[in-house]
Amino acid sequence: MKRFLIPLAVFFVLLIFLAIGLTLNPRDVPSPLKDKPAPAFKLPQLAAADKSFSPGDMKGKVWLLNVWASWCVSCRQEHPLLVAFAKEGTVPVVGLNYKDQLADAKNWLAKFGDPYLLSAVDADGRVGIDYGVYGVPETYVIDKSGMIRMKHTGPITPESLKTQILPLVAELSK
Amino acid sequence: MKLRTLVLCCTLLFAGAAMAREAAPMAADVEIEKRMVAISEELRCLVCQNESLSGSHAELAQDLRREIRKMIAEGKTDKEILDFMVARYGDFVRYRPPVKPTTWLLWGGPFLLLAGGIGALIAFLRRRATESAAPELSEEERRRAAALLDQSNS
Repeated sequence: MKRFLIPLAVFFVLLIFLAIGLTLNPRDVPSPLKDKPAPAFKLPQLAAADKSFSPGDMKGKVWLLNVWASWCVSCRQEHPLLVAFAKEGTVPVVGLNYKDQLADAKNWLAKFGDPYLLSAVDADGRVGIDYGVYGVPETYVIDKSGMIRMKHTGPITPESLKTQILPLVAELSK
Repeated sequence: MKLRTLVLCCTLLFAGAAMAREAAPMAADVEIEKRMVAISEELRCLVCQNESLSGSHAELAQDLRREIRKMIAEGKTDKEILDFMVARYGDFVRYRPPVKPTTWLLWGGPFLLLAGGIGALIAFLRRRATESAAPELSEEERRRAAALLDQSNS
């Protein structure tokens, strides 16, 4: 009897590991930028190319930096959520328009709504590299002192907004 | 007619040459390219996670290779370039992550499994050795066995 119990136990242990593996997201690579100052940059704004934006402009505020592009399919998926979030006006959302064409980006916002306080244009993706962007959309929660407190890879879901982003934003805004 | 055909052929021939643009200059310097490939083979492409940065066609991989070339041209050491990548994408970009508390299991795990396997094998062999030893027969059993053998022989 005992002889059969050992392989069975091994099988169940394996099963548990595999089950845990299924719930993990391989795209969710922990960002080394967490709790580090948001990398500085100075980029032109999408709506007004003569004006620029730096993360330093947001000092003293809790804000979200959302990396998006008109060619990015998952960005469309999360977009209504961002628009609704911006309407509530909890914290400002700044867009980082990543490796996009100006006209496409503007059309996209006109068509699906513009939740952003402003969008900075990262045409060649160099700022994206500094932020460790590897799959748009990505969202960073940045605190009043300009530290990255959280990085969310992939489209924001109602669930991740409710359980991760909003509680963190509320805590940081205190 | 013949001449026209010839001209047409020539035009078509050279049209191809005119349209084919020269491949984008990958690197001005072969040495830079060599070092870039060596470094990027150590790095994982985060877009297609099972490909190295050197072998990936993902746009991000191209951008990162360009960035590596630039840093080599600026005279950065290999370590500085690797640190640049790790600072942005974490230890996960390295195919050989540094040994530290969070990666102990990763580095030591296979050896733990090996030790466990050897232990199980030794236990199994020992048990088999004791089990397969000839069973002791009592005097009574011996007689009965002999009787049975005699019966079948006759």
